[in-house]
Amino acid sequence: MSNEWPLWEVFIRGQHGMSHRHVGSLHAADAESAMMNARDVYTRRNEGVSIWVVEAAHIAASAPGDKGPLFEPANSKVYRHPTFFDIPDDAGAM
Amino acid sequence: MNRDQALFEFLLRMGDSTLILSHRISEWCGHAPVIEEDIALANTALDLIGQTQFWLELAGEVEGKGRTADNLAHLRDAWDFRNLLLVERPNGDFGKTLMRQFLFDVWQSLMLAKLKGSSDQRIADIAEKASKEVAYHVERSANTVISLGDGTEESHQRMQDALEDLYPYVGEMFIGDKVDEVLVKAGIAPDPASLRAEYDRIVGDVMYKATLQLPEDDFAHQGGKTGRHTEHLGYILADMQFLQRAYPGAEW
Amino acid sequence: MYAQMVKTAGTGVKKPKDMTAEEKAFQAKIDRNEKIEPKDWMPDDYRATLIRQIGQHAHSEIVGQLPEGNWLTRAPTLERKAILLAKVQDEAGHGLYLYSACETLGVSRDELTEMLLNGKMKYSSIFNYPTLNWADMGAVGWLVDGAAIMNQVPLQRTSYGPYSRAMVRICKEESFHQRQGYAIMMKMAAGTADQKRMAQDALDRLWFPSLMMFGPSNKESVHSEQSMAWRIKINTNDELRQKFVDQTVPQIEFLGLTCPDKDIKWNEEKGGYDYTDPDWSEFFAVLKGNGPCNKDRLAARNAAWKNGAWVRDAMLAHARKKAARKAVAA
Repeated sequence: MSNEWPLWEVFIRGQHGMSHRHVGSLHAADAESAMMNARDVYTRRNEGVSIWVVEAAHIAASAPGDKGPLFEPANSKVYRHPTFFDIPDDAGAM
Repeated sequence: MNRDQALFEFLLRMGDSTLILSHRISEWCGHAPVIEEDIALANTALDLIGQTQFWLELAGEVEGKGRTADNLAHLRDAWDFRNLLLVERPNGDFGKTLMRQFLFDVWQSLMLAKLKGSSDQRIADIAEKASKEVAYHVERSANTVISLGDGTEESHQRMQDALEDLYPYVGEMFIGDKVDEVLVKAGIAPDPASLRAEYDRIVGDVMYKATLQLPEDDFAHQGGKTGRHTEHLGYILADMQFLQRAYPGAEW
Repeated sequence: MYAQMVKTAGTGVKKPKDMTAEEKAFQAKIDRNEKIEPKDWMPDDYRATLIRQIGQHAHSEIVGQLPEGNWLTRAPTLERKAILLAKVQDEAGHGLYLYSACETLGVSRDELTEMLLNGKMKYSSIFNYPTLNWADMGAVGWLVDGAAIMNQVPLQRTSYGPYSRAMVRICKEESFHQRQGYAIMMKMAAGTADQKRMAQDALDRLWFPSLMMFGPSNKESVHSEQSMAWRIKINTNDELRQKFVDQTVPQIEFLGLTCPDKDIKWNEEKGGYDYTDPDWSEFFAVLKGNGPCNKDRLAARNAAWKNGAWVRDAMLAHARKKAARKAVAA
């Protein structure tokens, strides 16, 4: 068995109430250490108020080859966007 | 001994301990077992340097002779340093460094918790800021001591050796003297002995989790707080003070 | 530039008629300025070259901790010590970001480390020079980081997504490095006679090695053409070196120091300085292992790795024990 510490992906919520965002990776023996390492490595400049760490092996990712079937069908659903609808200015804010 | 004299001594004890420990930790920069630990150690050292600046600046102010934090750090000889002997002990291996850190962190966190209620607002303010930093230091060093103590056979042995080597430098933290008496009376600082029970509880708990055995012999080396140091401090100062000593009066 | 003389894998730029359909699509994507992501198809040579380049860059950050770390315990004031420590710590962070980017290409950090330690991979030649006086802390930040930034800023637009993102983060953090270095130089140059001497001495020793950081002239290199087609190299070595000289000479004058290149001269026609090339035989000697500090630097990294093995093993052993206990309890 390899003795390299597992790879973890780090997600941080910044100061302004946004969602957690992927900021990078690091190595750690377990979740507790990964959390501390994330704090030490990725929040040195006041970057965050909340941290998630996920072991990289546990992330399921979409395959690049599936890009067409996964994402292109949404292209034709333009009616999901508010700009699709023409509402007269006289109707007021909406 | 009047109040300000005692206060000056006390501030040196706090500031010199963080100064010398930060110096020791900074020796690790670029040499730690993994990058993540390298970065973490540097964070701890940076916190301690920041605390040193506060403590020593206040010491200079209380002394009233116009000495700055830098003057105190770089222009006193070993006999005028008041740090705990523990912090001048050589780094040894990574495990020993973290054991020293943990033994110091627990004491420092308890001390700062009391100092937050100091009758001297300047001290309470420093303690308020520092205690947040130190709360993280304890968490991290405790975690590492537990992992290494309860890791492999080799790491367990190394940590047990580190504990036995360093434990005789723990007792000094809790031995009070004239300085402490004056400050306790003025409500400025706690009686050092009053921190011992909680310290023993926390350290005992972590050592249990780390599967390490606390030494039964409670012999305590002393002298740091009154200026009688180990041979190591002189070398630390020779490094640390080199530029200020070799080029007096220069600005950097 | 922390990645020097990275040998591009393959046999030079492929003509479209020699490309497979996959290769054509790949190149078209790069030409459209789209990013290549880890799971995307990529030519083996692209992957191999990136591993060399990012790996060398990462190694340089880590070895680069040592020359500045050399003065940490002798920093002249508490503030200077804190700034220097934060700076050297950043280098460790940058090494970590870059190793992470490299790991997305299918090579582990441990494998990369082993290749650094056994000499199979290189790091920047600059870190094989010693730091001999305190002004070196200024000169390293100002010149060495300055030269690195020249290369890193355009690399934010490199084609490989993880590398590009690491560069963005690094550049954001790096901007303080060069400024703190120059701030030290200003203090020294305006200080006592001894301090001025230190400042000039540091500049004298580090000027030509800094020019070497960009690597030899690569006008005729087919390798670099391929790397440029892949957008993992954005500018030529000579372009970056010229830019660095043009930026730095006025800064030397501002400090009131003397440029170690006695023949440096403004060339109105080209709108830049004519400068003397560094001694490339020295550069190759350093690469071969004969710089003043090669042995010490590698010895220090080897010692750190070897002495840390029991710690890495123990932390993992503890994590596994803990997981096993949890499994039993569940």
